[in-house]
Amino acid sequence: MSEKSYRDAVRDALREELIRDERVLILGEEVGVWGGTYAVTRSLYDEFGGKRIIDTPIAEAAIIGAAVGAAMGGLRPVAELMTINFSLEAMDQIVNNAAKIHFMFGGQMKVPLVIRTPAGWGQLAATHSQSFEAWFAHLPGLIVAMPGTPYDAKGMLKTAIRSDNPVMFIEHARLYGVKGDVPDGEYTVPLGVPDIKRAGGDITIVTYSRMLHVALAAAEELSRDGIECEIVDLRTLRPLNMSKVYDSVVKTHRALVLEEDWTTCGMGAEIAARIGRDRFDFLDAPVERLGQIEVPVPYARNLEALMFPDEKLVVQRVREMLS
Amino acid sequence: MDSMISVIRPDGTADPEQDPGLPEEDLLLLYRKMALLRAFDEKAIALQRAGRIGFFVPSAGQEACSVGAGHALRDGDWIFPSYRDHGMALMRGCPLETLLGQIYGNAADPTRGRQMPSHWCDRSIRLVSVSSPVATQLPQAVGAAYAAKLRGEKVASIASFGDGGTSTGEFHAAMNFAGVFETPTVFFCENNQYAISVPVSRQTAASSLAVKAQAYGFRGIRVDGNDVLAVRKVVGDALARARDGKGPTLIEALTYRIGPHSTSDDPTIYRSAEEVAAWREKDPIRRFAAFLSGRGLMDDASIDAAAAEAKEAVRKAVEVVEAAPPVPFESLFEDVYAELPWHLAEARDALLAGKE
Ligand SMILES: Cc1ncc(C[n+]2csc(CCOP(=O)(O)OP(=O)(O)O)c2C)c(N)n1
Repeated sequence: MSEKSYRDAVRDALREELIRDERVLILGEEVGVWGGTYAVTRSLYDEFGGKRIIDTPIAEAAIIGAAVGAAMGGLRPVAELMTINFSLEAMDQIVNNAAKIHFMFGGQMKVPLVIRTPAGWGQLAATHSQSFEAWFAHLPGLIVAMPGTPYDAKGMLKTAIRSDNPVMFIEHARLYGVKGDVPDGEYTVPLGVPDIKRAGGDITIVTYSRMLHVALAAAEELSRDGIECEIVDLRTLRPLNMSKVYDSVVKTHRALVLEEDWTTCGMGAEIAARIGRDRFDFLDAPVERLGQIEVPVPYARNLEALMFPDEKLVVQRVREMLS
Repeated sequence: MDSMISVIRPDGTADPEQDPGLPEEDLLLLYRKMALLRAFDEKAIALQRAGRIGFFVPSAGQEACSVGAGHALRDGDWIFPSYRDHGMALMRGCPLETLLGQIYGNAADPTRGRQMPSHWCDRSIRLVSVSSPVATQLPQAVGAAYAAKLRGEKVASIASFGDGGTSTGEFHAAMNFAGVFETPTVFFCENNQYAISVPVSRQTAASSLAVKAQAYGFRGIRVDGNDVLAVRKVVGDALARARDGKGPTLIEALTYRIGPHSTSDDPTIYRSAEEVAAWREKDPIRRFAAFLSGRGLMDDASIDAAAAEAKEAVRKAVEVVEAAPPVPFESLFEDVYAELPWHLAEARDALLAGKE
């Protein structure tokens, strides 16, 4: 084991797959010479050259469209969108093409494509602070991964690159510096399998990506008062595997879904509906959701500070749910 | 379309064929605004380094573009600028405090702390804020021009953008719309050679960016973007043609971004010191100063005085803006819709209750 940042873990996954399989290539804006907006691809251009680490013109629709074509043409492209906000420019290629080609073509063509892109915020304002995972999780044909730790990020990215399906691999700008233990040797983490990140018997917190860390910090605080949270990290949002959530709810009888996105029509709505349908008799309280305030994200620091649930708010909500 | 129009010749005199023939007071105004922009730029970067503002997009080296184009605009024209064109706003009379207030995102910001720095908006001068995703302002500029045409207004719209912007789908679609609907639109591309770290050779294989206009059925012109008189002339002519119903123009201004892409960038990774030094030699402000000196309109003393005056104006504006309070908490829920809906009023009250 070594302690590694999320950024380095993602880069290691890319590097190992570039070495393992010569069909893998990376394309996107600023991924080459500059080494990626968040320095994730740094040094890969020097090691693998401009034919496999490709700086593209500014045109997200063409980046994804070309990646879809290259994937059908026998390569395994990893396309980077500078931030998830720019996925909007490529929506038709993602929604109508990447996600549906295998189905529409009667299985004749596969699209083994990974789209890597960070969500995140931090005085990036209305158009640059969004978190569209629920949009992508809505789509049959797509796999949506949103790992929260360096270990999961590396292992899941390797699986994503080897998958014959298109994978939306959503990272987080505020996670890149987060450190965690990563095995030194080869390993993979499956897609579609949640993970219990903390065991506890009083309440289930269902979460993913950066909010995992907010949940862990809140759980630590609550534990001092004898309240034990069980934290289920979804890791993959589509396909959504509920079995660990259900097992946990059967034990705790209460669930809070913690997401960074707006809650309306979000992941929490889906999870609450499924728990309500499948484990209704085990619930002692309605499933609760916490997410961002339902306005566009402002720039002003004093206002942005109010936007997202923090550890304090999670602690408060859990106490309310248990009282 | 690959040749480039210049006015100020290497010896500092104006080419009589191209000289827009501006009156003396306008020439001096252009100089003062360019000096003001440079002082603004230097101060903003220093403020960012000192942690007093969060982010800034500099325009040093490109002052001739925004000031020259801004001077050609008239009342009623629509401005859809890139984030480097606060010079256009200054030329249209937007106060320094408004621009600076936007950067601080406090109560001095008319847009109420909603967007990243360098996203200026001022309805009184028909200045439409850039949206962060590159080139989204281009089709909007076409639509605004179309609306003006339909309403019988004799005005034009200008959209400015970088070389990287020409790679986007929006650029091509907007150019095509402008051609098909013959809108009074001037597409003003400031080719500063880089899109963050990526050189213009990665944005196009064409011999110029101006040549792209041909495919959409209208004129494309290349101009020396470090020559404020040349920019003034070419943009002025294009705007006049647009207002006269003669359709759109694409202008490619050749220039260079002397500083970083933004305060988050380190250009030494992708550009050589020699390249930057060579472009510094063509500094638009020094070049214009040489022209004005040759005409007997300025001398070393008045050049220094203009720089000092600009610095002082910026210092004063910083003082005013830093004294403004933060944007109020309640404003977070306002302007999401045309009127405050009940559900946001409830959310506001709930948050307020939670804070107490
Ligand atoms: C659609 C979209 N993709 C990517 C970005 C990230 N980005 C911000 S500025 C920029 C470079 C723009 O270069 P250019 O158009 O040449 O203008 P310049 O900054 O040189 O003035 C990029 C890629 C963005 N803002 N929008």
